[in-house]
Amino acid sequence: MGLKEFWHKLGSPRWFYQISLPWVVGFGLAALVLLAVGFVWALAFAPPDYQQGNSFRIMYVHVPAAMAAQSLYIGMGVAGFVLFVWRMKLADVFITACLPFGMLLTALALFSGGVWGRPTWGTWWEWDGRTVSTLVLLFLYIGIYALREAIVDTELRGRASALVAMVGTINIPVIKYSVEWWHTLHQPASFTLTEKPSMPPEMWLPLLVMVIGMYCFAAHNVLSRMRMEIIERESGTQWVRALVSGQRAAG
Amino acid sequence: MNLTGLLSREWRALVRNRGAVLNPMAFLFLAVMLFAVGSPVSDNETARYGGAMLWLIVLLTNMLSLDSLFRRDFDNGVLEQVLSTAQAPFMVVLIRVLVQWLGTGLLITLLAPLLCLLLGLPSEAIFTSMLALLLGTPALSLLGAVGAAMTVGFSRGGILLGLLVLPLFLPVLVFGASAINQAVLHMDATAPLAWLAFISMLALSVGPLAATLGLKISLQLQ
Repeated sequence: MGLKEFWHKLGSPRWFYQISLPWVVGFGLAALVLLAVGFVWALAFAPPDYQQGNSFRIMYVHVPAAMAAQSLYIGMGVAGFVLFVWRMKLADVFITACLPFGMLLTALALFSGGVWGRPTWGTWWEWDGRTVSTLVLLFLYIGIYALREAIVDTELRGRASALVAMVGTINIPVIKYSVEWWHTLHQPASFTLTEKPSMPPEMWLPLLVMVIGMYCFAAHNVLSRMRMEIIERESGTQWVRALVSGQRAAG
Repeated sequence: MNLTGLLSREWRALVRNRGAVLNPMAFLFLAVMLFAVGSPVSDNETARYGGAMLWLIVLLTNMLSLDSLFRRDFDNGVLEQVLSTAQAPFMVVLIRVLVQWLGTGLLITLLAPLLCLLLGLPSEAIFTSMLALLLGTPALSLLGAVGAAMTVGFSRGGILLGLLVLPLFLPVLVFGASAINQAVLHMDATAPLAWLAFISMLALSVGPLAATLGLKISLQLQ
């Protein structure tokens, strides 16, 4: 199937619902395996840090959560653009599905950062550049959530939150650089696409596994939420009724 | 309606509706006074916090003034008429934001020497403060217009407006406060000032278009 045809077919929530089940299962299994392997590898086999001892292992939760949280927000911004340009219903379903998990991951990144900061920096909370930018990310998520709560109409709610997500996404780099430049206690990013990590491979390989596992988990979560959202929105249509009555008959 | 006609209409609306301009300014001075009275630090220390305080108060003042940016014309239907007949709807929004900025950002810039004195900032910092306010406040009005456009449909949109726009204001606060801090420390403030100009340019390219889209959504909400 060509990319163009795939793009056109994405316009149909029904088609998406029908093909997405294997992806949900696939991402779920991959997440289960990768996160399990990553956890054991990271907690039991990775060597302790020569300065931080064992407390650095919090990184294996902290870094994947922070990366996935940011990616989900940017994904929402991109979906918002798609919604505005192509009026694709599925883009709004995607935004709806990203919100709760993105918020949860941002909160997890902040919490695990505090737990890590206590033994390393000697404080639970520090107004450090990247901590603040993550906190702002949480507030951006909360803003969209609050806006969605305030609007009843599904289509307008989607367009409103898409607009806010887009404007937020354009601002994310500015916010990030402004607070990092402001003053920073944080170590630089553990993973960048352009440079070799400064850690030895025994340390960063489990981190890579955890990051990929976390992305698979996010994909699994978002896709299953999308499927539920589709069923809810299309609950009046023929195919959903047929689906439900078919399942009743089978069960 | 042509653009000069629109500009003069907005300007007259601003001049005649004095409360919309004077009330935020009264709030501004009230907040400065409350900070000065409540601040536990001595005079020579306030210089260190004065820049951040000034910007924080400017942020809040702007947010209060934004709530009324579209409200009246939205309620009486003028906005719908203007937006549906204008050739370039975003120009309508841009003019409205420009006039709002004249009544808040520019006015605050002109009042900056007084505010600096009240906040205990040294006189060397006054010129940089004015420059920072002049370069930074357009971003507040332009980005804030997006939030104002999104929340104008709700009768009590004020808190939601703050929730939506204050995170976006953060870079302006950071660079604005650091520009004033540099001036207090007798250091070169060009870098943060250039950043403020950059943020305003970015806001100019995004704000009016996004606010127009937001207004169209809000009009459908009615």
